[in-house]
Amino acid sequence: MHPAITAALTQTDSWIQFDVHGLASQFWNNTVDGLAQGGIYALIALGYTLVYGVLKLINFAHSEVFIVGTFATWLTFYALGFRPGADPHLSTIEVIGFLLLAGIAAMAASGLVAVGLERVAYRPLRNRNAPRLVFLITAIGASFAIQQALKLIFGLNQQPQIRLLQPQPLFRIFGAVVTNRDIILFVAAVLLWFLADYFVNKTRLGRGIRAVAQDPDTATLMGVNKERVIVVTFLVGGLLAGAAALFYMMKIPQGAIYNGGFLLGIKAFTAAVLGGIGNLRGALLGGFVLGLVENYGQSLFGGEWKDIVAFVVLIIVLMFRPTGILGESLGKARV
Amino acid sequence: MLAAVASLVLGACAARDEGSSSGNTNSSAAAPSQAANAANPAGDGKAVCSGVSLAYAGTINGSSAALGQNILRGADLAVKQHNQANPGCQVTLKQFDTEGKPDKAPGIVTQVISEADIIGVVGLPFSGESKAAGNLFNQAGLVTVTPSATNPALADNGWKTFFRGMGNDAVQGPAAAKFLTDTLKANKVCVIEDDSEYGTGLAAQVTQALGSKASCTDKVKTGQTDFSAVVNKISTESPDAVFYSGYYPEAGPFAQQLNDKGVTAKFVGPDGVKDPEFVKGAGAGANNAFFTCPCVPEDNFKDFTAAFKATEGADPGTYSPEGYDVTTILLKGIDSGIKDRAGLLNFVKNYDGQGLTKHFKWDAKGELSDTPVWSYRVENGKIVNNGQIS
Repeated sequence: MHPAITAALTQTDSWIQFDVHGLASQFWNNTVDGLAQGGIYALIALGYTLVYGVLKLINFAHSEVFIVGTFATWLTFYALGFRPGADPHLSTIEVIGFLLLAGIAAMAASGLVAVGLERVAYRPLRNRNAPRLVFLITAIGASFAIQQALKLIFGLNQQPQIRLLQPQPLFRIFGAVVTNRDIILFVAAVLLWFLADYFVNKTRLGRGIRAVAQDPDTATLMGVNKERVIVVTFLVGGLLAGAAALFYMMKIPQGAIYNGGFLLGIKAFTAAVLGGIGNLRGALLGGFVLGLVENYGQSLFGGEWKDIVAFVVLIIVLMFRPTGILGESLGKARV
Repeated sequence: MLAAVASLVLGACAARDEGSSSGNTNSSAAAPSQAANAANPAGDGKAVCSGVSLAYAGTINGSSAALGQNILRGADLAVKQHNQANPGCQVTLKQFDTEGKPDKAPGIVTQVISEADIIGVVGLPFSGESKAAGNLFNQAGLVTVTPSATNPALADNGWKTFFRGMGNDAVQGPAAAKFLTDTLKANKVCVIEDDSEYGTGLAAQVTQALGSKASCTDKVKTGQTDFSAVVNKISTESPDAVFYSGYYPEAGPFAQQLNDKGVTAKFVGPDGVKDPEFVKGAGAGANNAFFTCPCVPEDNFKDFTAAFKATEGADPGTYSPEGYDVTTILLKGIDSGIKDRAGLLNFVKNYDGQGLTKHFKWDAKGELSDTPVWSYRVENGKIVNNGQIS
């Protein structure tokens, strides 16, 4: 065996450690933070899942749809007169009002980019009956194009942080502090997921989405406007990504950076696959599972294992359940 | 709509420049004063030369750009002062943006080498990119003086063209440990490192020097924004101080998230964190922050600071005086009549003279013997001098 490999194997202590005590002592803190982060993953994952369900397309540019929302949030704060640096002192009403404004701006920006993307990048391909691989390459290309455009406009560095909501401890669960921000992130993610689920399963437009997901040709014959359904699907995914962008900026005020969507998008996509891509409940579950596993894994193995843990868990789950934890597609669910 | 966005962006830039001022108005610790015999780029004003250039290679708009801008402005000031005083010798300072990335630097460096009129280089600022591209300079025989790359191992590569304008992390690490234990009286220190050449190298030095007082360690990644698991670990350990071995873009959100979780441990960062951008990025988390740095405070370099503000339109920052010093040395070489790379390399190798920040005389590996390390702290949102450590 190569001496370097032998050395690495004998020095097991130095390259991987199992800090079981750390995992136990930080368990509840990590649970609270993991659920807050998982809610953000879940909201982005919904966008991947919806588009996949309808078009069988993995919209890799969705990460950029999200990151545009973070810039919209930042620019809204800036336009409202806030400047980077120390947190401003605001009343609760003001904070809620400004955050709502920023949320609307982020959702509008992300929704617009998502719909624009569909119009510019995907519809021309659909009209020409392009093979599925071409869509995938186009998605990756669109992702790069938006990313580089953001780089040209905003530069290579993160936008300096502007934070309106200071996290305040509300109560404790098993010793772990729960802040107002954790509650907002978790509740908002569940609420928005519930709205999306209701929209898809209970409304007329949602029925159209499910019909196209099941069988586009038959759905068209039955009088469903397929093009309109696709636009609506992209729009809903974009709006949810915009909301996720606001919550992300509340948690990480330094988050607006041109390539910031890449890893987050991959993670959200992982969450969608973990839960079962094409499945709305799967996206929510996958998001929370991923957020939790990432934090537990870091406590157990160390901070540098964060991303490795996330993807290893994905691989293990897919080995035993290739369709993900809940494993249904949008079309098959609730016919 | 576009115009509105553009004006917002421009506004943002203007605000950023305003905010990045690091004037030390209320420093309490003694700062070095300008040595009377410090080398002056102006020289005697009689130098004659033509067609020679120097280059700055390093981050300009890339990651941790503020650190590169400080150095570039220092170098630019030296060249402008030189050219103004010497009508017969106009030196061009060419600028190359490596974005601070080890994977990008070799290509940029190849470009620098291919321009024959460049006979000396100020850079590279970061350790990772220096490691990746240092041998290219060595093969081309193009002398480089880095004003900020601190990884000690860089000098062990046998590169004949590598010179370092300040103390390395084998000096900064023990100094930081001394600062943590003696000045801040910390008995439990969490050492957190990023995944850069610089961060891992310095963390090893600090951890070794702290010995048993380094009670916990963890690793984060460049570009990471969510530090919740590491913060929870530190929160459970409740150390007296946290030493973050990395750069300011990650240190900002990290310090903020520590503060949010109610961690009151003192936050200590090295030269890569010592920038006004960190203070802005960390918000309230910067209030109990300290820094160690092989850079010399510019407080009492009054002439330098005044000239810097007038010429560069900004306050000098971390490593601006060092950038000015090493550029001055290269200019001295040109003024002495040197026209080629081999001549300038030889000149730097044998240089022995006082600069603004310290005495410059390199050993065979390209290291200085005079290597002061200073401490700084945040006071009222500004980084101020906190006294010399060693």
